[in-house]
Amino acid sequence: MTSSDAIVIGGGHNGLIAAALLARSGRKVQVLEASKTLGGAACTEEFAPGFRVSAVAHLLNQMHPEVIKSLKLESHGLSFGPGAAPTVTLSAGGAPAILHGGYGERLDGVASSEAAAWKELRALLLRQTGILKRFLTSPPPKIGNLNRKDILSFGSAGFALMRLGRDEMREFMRMILMNIADVADEHLSDDRLKGLLAFDGTLGHHLGPRSPTSLLGLYYRLAGEVSGTAGAQVLPQGGMGAVANALVKAAEAAGVSFRTGTPVGRIEVENGRAASVVLEDGETLKAGIVVSALNPKTTFTDLVDIRELDIGFVRKLRHMRMAGNVAKLHLALDEPPEIDALASEFQTGRMVIAPSSDYVERAFNPAKYGAFSENPAIELTLPSLTDPTLAPSGACVLSAIVQYAPYHLREGWASGKAKFMERTLTLLESAVPGLRKLVRHAELLTPADIEARYRMPGGHWHHGELQADQMFVSRPIAGHAGYDTPVEGLYLCGAGTHPGGGVSGLPGLNAARHILTREA
Amino acid sequence: MGSMRPALLTVAERKAAQGHIQKIKFDTPFQPRLDALMHTAEWYDWAGYRAPHSLWSEELEYFAIRSQSALFDISPMVKYRIEGPDAEAFCNRLTLRDVTRLKPGRVHYTAWCDDSGHVLDDGTLFRLSETRFRLCCQERHLPWLLDGAFGFNVTISEETEDVAGLALQGPTSCALLKAAGFEGIETMKPFDIREFAHPGGTVTVSRTGFTGDLGYELFVDTPRALSLWDRLWETGGPYGLRAIGYAALNTARIEAGLIVANADFITAETALRADRARLPDEIGLDWMVDLKKGPFNGRRAIEAARRDGKARFMLVGLEIEGNVPADHAIIYHRKKREVGLVTAAVWSPTAKRNIAIASLERPYGDSIVDDLWVEIYALHELQYTKLMKRAKVVSKPFVKLARRTQTPPGDF
Repeated sequence: MTSSDAIVIGGGHNGLIAAALLARSGRKVQVLEASKTLGGAACTEEFAPGFRVSAVAHLLNQMHPEVIKSLKLESHGLSFGPGAAPTVTLSAGGAPAILHGGYGERLDGVASSEAAAWKELRALLLRQTGILKRFLTSPPPKIGNLNRKDILSFGSAGFALMRLGRDEMREFMRMILMNIADVADEHLSDDRLKGLLAFDGTLGHHLGPRSPTSLLGLYYRLAGEVSGTAGAQVLPQGGMGAVANALVKAAEAAGVSFRTGTPVGRIEVENGRAASVVLEDGETLKAGIVVSALNPKTTFTDLVDIRELDIGFVRKLRHMRMAGNVAKLHLALDEPPEIDALASEFQTGRMVIAPSSDYVERAFNPAKYGAFSENPAIELTLPSLTDPTLAPSGACVLSAIVQYAPYHLREGWASGKAKFMERTLTLLESAVPGLRKLVRHAELLTPADIEARYRMPGGHWHHGELQADQMFVSRPIAGHAGYDTPVEGLYLCGAGTHPGGGVSGLPGLNAARHILTREA
Repeated sequence: MGSMRPALLTVAERKAAQGHIQKIKFDTPFQPRLDALMHTAEWYDWAGYRAPHSLWSEELEYFAIRSQSALFDISPMVKYRIEGPDAEAFCNRLTLRDVTRLKPGRVHYTAWCDDSGHVLDDGTLFRLSETRFRLCCQERHLPWLLDGAFGFNVTISEETEDVAGLALQGPTSCALLKAAGFEGIETMKPFDIREFAHPGGTVTVSRTGFTGDLGYELFVDTPRALSLWDRLWETGGPYGLRAIGYAALNTARIEAGLIVANADFITAETALRADRARLPDEIGLDWMVDLKKGPFNGRRAIEAARRDGKARFMLVGLEIEGNVPADHAIIYHRKKREVGLVTAAVWSPTAKRNIAIASLERPYGDSIVDDLWVEIYALHELQYTKLMKRAKVVSKPFVKLARRTQTPPGDF
């Protein structure tokens, strides 16, 4: 029986970050990964001969600077490529609006009065995000049991709020739980910009732009930054797998050992404390502490003897909403598509098909009742334009996030998948005429596929809906916020914990820091 | 997994299920017999059922318990059937005591807690066989039990309406049952369960009760409830059998020092105010908490509360000077400082003492037990007489009867 100071279950990006930081404190740390490769959903996969793509997340916009700095990721090969990628609105026949820099620092293709309104709204949202941002890098406060740090953190938020002035403070309190469509309507008149905000507020959430609190999704995006630019995004060189590789190198340098193709069967609890990890093949690995980067529900209902857990705790975990609503489309194209309306340098970023708030809301409607969007909202990238290694010479990769595609599809994804693929391709063809005849191979990952392939229940990339009732002090569940669990010596560090999903590394960072204070 | 009623879909089905609107209180399976014996018309609501507070005379009903045999309808008691290969493991995780030590054919008194260690209810757990249990209690818990069944190979259903229950309590109860054909009843030890023949099937008898006296509880399928009553009633004459209501039982149970959920403590799920929920250690159930048995619901919280000295209350027995029952009276230390409340009080006819069960805020009742006073307001013809009576913390039960446990019990 081998023994480690810490075993990290799950070699996704948060698991790798937690492992690396724990190892740097001098602990003997081992990462166990069920699949053959490390990185989890941060991966680059070959989906057709010679065509590689970031299989889940395809844009990097949230990797936190503290993660990059503390693990020296740039020295381990993390490269952001040619800088902030633009966002372009795309629609059949319409002229695009182009957002440059950090979430539209500059706009092209928009009336000057609208550009001024955008500038004002963008600045307002960034100021508001600035209030919330401080909560990203520390464990969520435990309601009913606040410590000094929590009170200081609330105090500093309150102080920052007051410094904005009374009117702006009131405006923030008024807006924080609003829906993104109403916010957009209050400030803008251009449907393309409103549609983009509607899309970004709801992306990855089971919400439509008119669902209350959908503004929070936009705050979450704007809290991200790239190289100090808030709201910016890049297509990582080598795809998201390259980000994972840099993390693996950093973890290796810190002394972490890895075992891939090693699914865990259970976590053994002795006298209320996590004592060891038993692999599916029966091997037992002893550990001082166990850190799970898996989904919180999976961690407890699949790996821990249910008798070790309280009924109310399990009830809340089982009620945690985690039905994904997003599909991923990968196209292997013979050559880059011609997008008439768009200069080629603007095709290197992200192109969003969400022509209005209503469009996104209508896309959401069927998802409420277990059907996919007839006209889905789509975010597409052509990553091989800036990284030719991703496709054979002259060919092109298209990577698209398509929503809404509810995990609980009424007719089932076995028959629904082909229909949704057809709807999506038809829609893409109308926005990018001539695209379909370039398609050499197409792969659609439904939430069911994402669940099976990446062991993410519900195919949900946040490991649980990131909505007001499941975030911050209620993440993963109310009464058990943060990285501690009822089982002593068992911690969580995945996207199911605060602050949530996306390739930010923050759950891993916060968890490791918290564990180091607990297990000194 | 646990079974639930299917959704009622058709109008006819829904209408049929709305009978309770016509009847504000349910009848128990013994209602025809109770109705025939009811002289005082003093009914009360027991979990939605019409139950007798008294039938003819509170005092004489009490003395039936202590001197003869008393028959009390316990059908409204909430009953759950827990069955399956993991039934023992399920019950052991649910409740405070060690269920692995509860043998088939035995009952134990137990309690269960929520995640924060607050008591959800107390009750009796019957182990009817290796894999089948019956949990009897005051409050309804099906959602909690079903959620608790996740991960266990166990079926849980409520059987309150399917199983009728009678408590037969008193010194002649064993002899009465023997005379009624319950052969070998005298060999049953306290907390034993045994099946006896009864026309059309069997009746399950346990040597249990809520009186601190010799007594039995009998459970039978609802359709055969009346025939069981008649069987006892026809034999009962020479044994002084009387039907009784809750008032008499309440006096007996206070004497026995037994507590009642939502009378002596507020159950965690029904408490509206956050500070009303109670840990086992705060209602005198600390002895149930078995830390040797492994994990169970609320264990971590209870251990943490003990470690951090978070148990704020204490449930104690009080002996109060004078003879005026101190129901819901405030308790003072040095006649000044409010330190607690009487939850149940009675003049004990058997102990001939003025007794009470009371909740005190620690350290009162724990390390400070002297100089306690009870403020009793006796209302006499629209004028209160305020009494400040000295109270002494005493051990429970207030009345301890050898015949409760004696085996075989005395014959009559």
